[in-house]
Amino acid sequence: MTLDLMTVLAIFAMAAATIATRMAGLLVGRLLKLSPSTEEILGAIPPSVLMVVVAPTAFATGWAETIGCAVVALSATRLPLLPAAAGGVLTVAALRSLGL
Amino acid sequence: MTSAARLEMRQGFHAILPLTIAVVPIGLVFGAVAATKGLSALEAMLMSALVFAGGSQFVAMDIWTRPANIAALGTAALLVNIRHVLMGASVARHMAEFSGRQKVMSMLFLADEIWAVAEFRARGHRLTPVWFFAAALPFYLVWVLSGLTGALLGAMVGDPAVIAMDFVFPAVFVILIAGFWRGNHTGLILVGSAASALLVHHVVPGVWYILGGALGGVAMAALATRRAREVRT
Repeated sequence: MTLDLMTVLAIFAMAAATIATRMAGLLVGRLLKLSPSTEEILGAIPPSVLMVVVAPTAFATGWAETIGCAVVALSATRLPLLPAAAGGVLTVAALRSLGL
Repeated sequence: MTSAARLEMRQGFHAILPLTIAVVPIGLVFGAVAATKGLSALEAMLMSALVFAGGSQFVAMDIWTRPANIAALGTAALLVNIRHVLMGASVARHMAEFSGRQKVMSMLFLADEIWAVAEFRARGHRLTPVWFFAAALPFYLVWVLSGLTGALLGAMVGDPAVIAMDFVFPAVFVILIAGFWRGNHTGLILVGSAASALLVHHVVPGVWYILGGALGGVAMAALATRRAREVRT
């Protein structure tokens, strides 16, 4: 349970950067004039942001991950979150053990 | 507390519950990876508690050096998390019932999962501070504690790749995307963001692809909206 000065400063830098992005959203939200079309465009933010985070895993890592993501996407339409996620994890573990 | 507030509290807690459970293995993996990079359990927990943004914490572990490179880590966190500007601007539209201070407090908890359930909630209900914090606080606590546990267990967690524990994180995001599916229009947005993310990922080193992809998806939505209006008129 030690604290290294450089590590703590790096964590503070990461926290400051993250908090800045979170507060900036509040400011940007206040500045935006809301019309039906900006509403529609802002509505694209949730799926876009989430897609971006998974895109390298889904399309540029390997077949196991690509197939795993497809399995999760399909099962998410029928199953609750936890079984859908578990199915994806099992699929990826099985495919990796096969060497994919 | 009024019974209406108690109901909001229970609904907030229930809305986040599956994600709170799903974040346990993600936190364990983060803590274990942090331990292998030489972070103490206290340092790993401090990062989870202060940064509270899983994606940027995993990126930090990828580029971790000893001694820590403060500028590189701060810049990477800024780039990975710049999507929060869009997320905050989007969810703030639904926070009419929040006081100024409550808005600021809630933004500190703007992790992807909390934000996603808040956006879902806002589709059918008023977003209230009680609901929001009843969702945010348990998720936050579990993230911090599972990271601490992972760091303490360290090597005992083993290689997360073997049992595909590292896949829990992307799997949760895929499920959240499915929740935002509203037909072909959503498909178009997803193609736009995925294609631009992969393009930038391929061409520009580092994590610029996160910003590039988010803007690509929004640009696609803007194009589709304009096209729809032209067809109508």
